[in-house]
Amino acid sequence: MADLNTLTLAEARDKLRAGDVTSVELTEACLKEIEGAGALNAFVHNTPELALEQAKAADARLAARDAPAMCGLPIGIKDLFCTKGVPSQAASRILEGFIPEYESTVSQNLFDAGSVMLGKLNMDEFAMGSSNETSCYGNAVNPWRRGNDDAQLTPGGSSGGSASAVAADLCLAATGTDTGGSIRQPAAFTGITGIKPTYGRCSRWGVVAFASSLDQAGPMTKSVRDAAIMLEAMCGHDPKDSTSADLPVPNFEAMLTGDIKGKKVGIPKEYRMDGMPAEIAKLWEDGTAMLKAAGAEIVDISLPHTKYALPAYYVIAPAEASSNLARYDGVRYGHRATLAQGDGITEMYEKTRAEGFGHEVQRRVMVGTYVLSAGFYDAYYNRARRVRALIKKDFDDVFAAGVDAILTPATPSAAFGLGEMNDADPVKMYLNDVFTVTVNLAGLPGIAVPTGTDAQGLPLGLQLIGRPWEEGDLLNTAYALESAAGFVAKPGKWW
Amino acid sequence: MSIDKDTAARVAKLARIKVEEDALPALAEEFNTILGFIEQLNEVDVEGVEPMTSVTPQKLKRRVDQVTDGDQQDKVLSNAPDAREGFFAVPKVVE
Repeated sequence: MADLNTLTLAEARDKLRAGDVTSVELTEACLKEIEGAGALNAFVHNTPELALEQAKAADARLAARDAPAMCGLPIGIKDLFCTKGVPSQAASRILEGFIPEYESTVSQNLFDAGSVMLGKLNMDEFAMGSSNETSCYGNAVNPWRRGNDDAQLTPGGSSGGSASAVAADLCLAATGTDTGGSIRQPAAFTGITGIKPTYGRCSRWGVVAFASSLDQAGPMTKSVRDAAIMLEAMCGHDPKDSTSADLPVPNFEAMLTGDIKGKKVGIPKEYRMDGMPAEIAKLWEDGTAMLKAAGAEIVDISLPHTKYALPAYYVIAPAEASSNLARYDGVRYGHRATLAQGDGITEMYEKTRAEGFGHEVQRRVMVGTYVLSAGFYDAYYNRARRVRALIKKDFDDVFAAGVDAILTPATPSAAFGLGEMNDADPVKMYLNDVFTVTVNLAGLPGIAVPTGTDAQGLPLGLQLIGRPWEEGDLLNTAYALESAAGFVAKPGKWW
Repeated sequence: MSIDKDTAARVAKLARIKVEEDALPALAEEFNTILGFIEQLNEVDVEGVEPMTSVTPQKLKRRVDQVTDGDQQDKVLSNAPDAREGFFAVPKVVE
């Protein structure tokens, strides 16, 4: 059977259960694709032996009719997840050689559901970046190109390797994480689906921490149905993460009816930014029309503090990062700098962290240190947390008024060229997250759905934002949008 | 608020990241760009608003106060850059 790697999770699952294909065949097809896709630099640690071992076990369970939800489905895992016995270094030099003795809860949940791990995926260092250009492994590359132009484009970030691998059919799906847009922006840049669930849905245990009050894991998939299947397998209460929600996990896939009649979809006026490219504005209008045609009631809404989300994020996220990343001290794991004669422990810390952290990570740790330092804590950190409360209240008010979902663009542009932003100041890069970051600050579920292409043939996505804990309803609205948009384009294979 | 070279050096020290003297002016400039962006927050009226501590109003769960883990010295030390005789080893801390 040809092209098994191009199947969706749902298609592969059904074929496995019908006995049309084995997990070993699926896994081998993906491993072969990965081998030929070095140019994308998506997979950075390959685990073919583990994959085949897991595939054989999955085939045995399938034969015994004891197959859990993801049984035998080959996926990739973002390098941010600690995977037992497999290098996990958050794309940072400072975790070079780190081999966890434990498994993250999310990857364990996926394995318990029968998933097969093909390897670890490229990302921005410590998930800090929007273009996968801060990785110690080098850039991940977008399989999409602008027409016949062979310039390399970013797959977005921070889950750039995950996005690239799923879009290029190197795996059936992948895990991502999202602190300010790191699942949704790369999904939009590569024409795939990515959902960040409500804060607390997925356990953060064993996921290398960036900003703990914002970080959430989620699936990156080829369809909304796949997102529903994989999200259900990933999430659930975990006593090891005190912020993990002790709530039942619904059967998300069963909620995909496509019926959104009478649902209220809000269009926030503050997201109509100055200088929004005409193509993005058009995409947004088209998506609105599609949801309306599907029976949704479209309402204009206001989220007045939207403008302050990015500046609040760039206080809160670096502050939490400076605290979380204090653990990289060259003592317990990872890299330690070579010391000079007479160097003491302070020199060891300072040299180790200067060598181990890349430029963007150093910058954010230091900004975080500054905003938390004596004399500035109130002016910066506490003020940002107050603004965050107002941003959340904006959403609370809209939902209280009966809005079920909010439709926005996912990104301010299509994928840009690798290196194009090198000379821009850091704030310019941060603007990539302008539509997604509000969702993290408010702890809400958000999903990016591919809905069109730009004039150069690059994919564009829209974002739907849902009520807390109502991922099932959100996925159903996304399913209706996906069905109406009928996005089927795939990148031409050049790698 | 403008950050000068000395403040940049102080922040680097607090963050325990070695920054060479000649890299400090550029670093200070980057801080100023980012902090300039953050200054927008001063436009917001936050009077009477409590700083957010948790996006979901929830009580942290309590667990039974008992030992659930331990006796894993080898695993704990397995990733250490320098482990000796069952301990993490570091340069001399006290003269």
